[in-house]
Amino acid sequence: MRYVGRPVPRLEDARLLRGRGRFVADLAPVANVHHVAFVRSPHAHAEIRSIDASAALASEGVLAVVGPEDGRRWLRPFSVGVDGAEPYWPMAIGRARYVGEPVAVVVARDRYLAEDAAERVRVEYEPLPVQMEVEGAPVVTSRSFRFGDPEGAFARAAHRVGATFRFPRYSSTPIECYAVLADWSHAEEEVTVWSNFHGPFVMQPLIAACLGLPENRVRLICPPDIGGSFGIKSGVYAYIPLVALASRLAGVPVRWTADRWEDLVASQAGTDRVTRAEVAVDAEGRMTALRLEITDDVGAHLRPPEPATLYRCFGNLTGAYRIRDLAVEARAVLTNRPPTGLNRGFGGQQLYFTLERLVDMVARRLGLDAAEVRRRNLVPPAEMPYRTPLGGVYDPGDYPALLDELLARADYPGLVAERDRLRAQGRLAGVGMAMVIDPSGTNLGYIELARTPEERSRGLGKSGCTESATLTMDPLGNVRLRIATAPEGQGHETVAAQIVADELGVPISSVRVDAGVDTAAQAWNVSSGSYSSRFAPITSSAVIRACAALKARLRAIASGILEASPDDLELVDGSVRVRGTDRALPIRRVAGLAHWDPGALPAGVEPLLHVTASFSSHLARSPGQDDTVDSSICYGAVADLCLVDIDPETYEVAIRGYWTVHDSGRILNPLLADGQVMGALAHGVGGALYEELVFDRAGTPLATSFADYLCPTAREIPEVHIHHRHGETPFVPSGARGIGEGNSMSAPAAVANAIADALSERGVEITELPVHGSKIWKWLQETATAR
Amino acid sequence: MRSITLRVNGRPVTAEVEPRMTLADFIRERAMLTGTHLGCEHGVCGACTVLLDGASVRSCLLFAVQADGREVTTVEGLARDGELHPLQRAFHVHHGLQCGFCTPGFLMALAELWPSRGLVGREEIEEVVSGQLCRCTGYAGILAAAYDAFGVA
Ligand code: FES
Ligand code: FES
Repeated sequence: MRYVGRPVPRLEDARLLRGRGRFVADLAPVANVHHVAFVRSPHAHAEIRSIDASAALASEGVLAVVGPEDGRRWLRPFSVGVDGAEPYWPMAIGRARYVGEPVAVVVARDRYLAEDAAERVRVEYEPLPVQMEVEGAPVVTSRSFRFGDPEGAFARAAHRVGATFRFPRYSSTPIECYAVLADWSHAEEEVTVWSNFHGPFVMQPLIAACLGLPENRVRLICPPDIGGSFGIKSGVYAYIPLVALASRLAGVPVRWTADRWEDLVASQAGTDRVTRAEVAVDAEGRMTALRLEITDDVGAHLRPPEPATLYRCFGNLTGAYRIRDLAVEARAVLTNRPPTGLNRGFGGQQLYFTLERLVDMVARRLGLDAAEVRRRNLVPPAEMPYRTPLGGVYDPGDYPALLDELLARADYPGLVAERDRLRAQGRLAGVGMAMVIDPSGTNLGYIELARTPEERSRGLGKSGCTESATLTMDPLGNVRLRIATAPEGQGHETVAAQIVADELGVPISSVRVDAGVDTAAQAWNVSSGSYSSRFAPITSSAVIRACAALKARLRAIASGILEASPDDLELVDGSVRVRGTDRALPIRRVAGLAHWDPGALPAGVEPLLHVTASFSSHLARSPGQDDTVDSSICYGAVADLCLVDIDPETYEVAIRGYWTVHDSGRILNPLLADGQVMGALAHGVGGALYEELVFDRAGTPLATSFADYLCPTAREIPEVHIHHRHGETPFVPSGARGIGEGNSMSAPAAVANAIADALSERGVEITELPVHGSKIWKWLQETATAR
Repeated sequence: MRSITLRVNGRPVTAEVEPRMTLADFIRERAMLTGTHLGCEHGVCGACTVLLDGASVRSCLLFAVQADGREVTTVEGLARDGELHPLQRAFHVHHGLQCGFCTPGFLMALAELWPSRGLVGREEIEEVVSGQLCRCTGYAGILAAAYDAFGVA
């Protein structure tokens, strides 16, 4: 191995550092591109009485205004994954259900003119009552699950510890906003769309159905560069039919580049959740049973893939702990907030905020150390691979060793002493930890849990995590790899090139990678894309498979000249060599032969140096009749510890030190792995302390710019000590688990636990996020009065 | 409409523009340099940062007509003769960028400080870096790159 495992700096940087990236807004793939601007509802809930577009249509440079009637006529609602739920239209038809919902689309010569005209569209609304409280909101999906004997376990429990937890709604606000360029061809009855969509490509058939087109007439192109997403841009799919329809009706190609207001009020956010949770604990502090009553606020529409937030972590709902009895209520409700969806950590931050806070509450109740309670409950290595009661199969890891390493690296006793020293100075200081199981490589089948076994048995099964890779070798032996991940900064080009170079035994400089997607020109499937940390376990494994296929072909081609069986040939140092000898042919000779002189090949040998291979794990299965599902292919483990220091006067929270230890299997590129850890952690810290999409009671969003939606800057992010435990997961050929989401799940919990520790002597318990000075002040006032 | 001429990365660019056209849009759509990115269009994220007569500005907050006759430097003007600027090299080595969308802004904000290297320390660098938003890196790689390029320990 020459490249994998080394901190190879990125190949992508060469263009990005020079300002030569190719983001959607930089592309001019066709002539005469016009711009759209959206007319959006100013009301959280209103009947649309009438629309008058005449003034807009008379404005300079305007070609068309697409209104609800056009939507009703030319589009079809998206089908949703829950029987009986209302279908989802991507624009307000008849009724607007959140502030910012698209009501009309204006097409004009440029963006300035389109925005001018959008202001001239007169819409008459009749406001309706709004639903902003989660309590009492209409339930759109609800399921109950029972595993083992939770009632018995709770009856036998020495202690029961519980609380209601509120996890906020926030977004990762990628710096590049949504962008779509659509070119409708009336002649071909086809639409070509350039967008910063990145999957899951299960949305491609949904887009086609919404447009009433066969799937092979919706060509989606994702450019090589996407300016961050963290899941948020998966939601751009809902805008694609609207922009495509605007192109269709205006008769010109059109472009939409969202602004930050649109991003904050009408793109996608993580799901806010209320969880009533209770854990049964025996006299020694072992957690035996867990009861979770989860309510997700999915906003105004159950927009696919919701209610997936409820189920993404289903297989690992018990976290790192050996809890065998469970009762779970999972429901989603509708409110007059915008629709939710993927956001880095997807379902994990909501889950672990609850679970890890509960563990700390158990520790406090029993007078035990938080680390000790965790140690008593961790799944022991002897039980690996461990099957959770919910069907998740954890690939081998040593969780107690992970915890020990964290405590040693961070000098836990020293950190506690530091906390006590700060307290003695009058500071509010606290130490907090979190341990999470970080799922990667989603099995899409988990979404089916939203249906009952009975409902599922009526349809086709759903499962899968397939990814593919295509390798092409040119006559000089250089290779081009094509994958369908549409990365948004993760560095897939670099890591894939490292893998190919090692597998084929060629220098990395001879490998070129295309990771942008064109559904008309490459292998892809509904699971394709970048989401659920699937590159390391899944895509990498597909790349390894493609290399194996190309190697087999090269060996077969070379076997004639080398007069050896293909099985005796190996690829090393840019050559095909007879194993154990110095008889070898440069790869370039072998490739040249295949291209230029296929007549010289051994009989029956395929001359084409172009292979596509795929990887799909047999573990990805549709849910069983007993409602168990292995919701992800791999499960990494992350352990975090931090020290917070709260100013006793301003209550400003500062993180004084942060340690994180990962068991992520094989590390393909440590430089990039640590970059993912830092990025995920920054999102977790933001969610814990600063970021929240706040609405007033009328449903008006209050965080509509970066002046009132607070993203952490360099000053707010602590110094982080990152460590990796080494090992490979045997569950996938790459040996690697995902790494880009774990700390988005763990950091909110670890920071919350540290703050809870800091405030423990003041009678304040942390059951909601984000925590900032004004909230701490309020809680301290309340407890002071209560006393 | 007004005819204006800006020197962008040393080359004159003349165009008829509406007074309301932002400098950012002028750079992207008239000078056809798409390295300058827009992340908020209200002056907070810093993705659109360029140098105007050597001083860093948010190009989303200025009108192009305000820059008439002046010298603009964008990220495309940082590398000389194909050689990356030391800041660009440091960002590469320290993994100071992921999606790269914020990167031109960080580079140009730091480029303003570049003539003062040797005179500035961590505090000044952190001040500049914390005036820009990056959602990918958690800033660790950016700070490491900047400290290294400026030669501060
Ligand atoms: S785009 Fe100018 S500061 Fe954000
Ligand atoms: S690298 Fe993506 S926003 Fe900074």
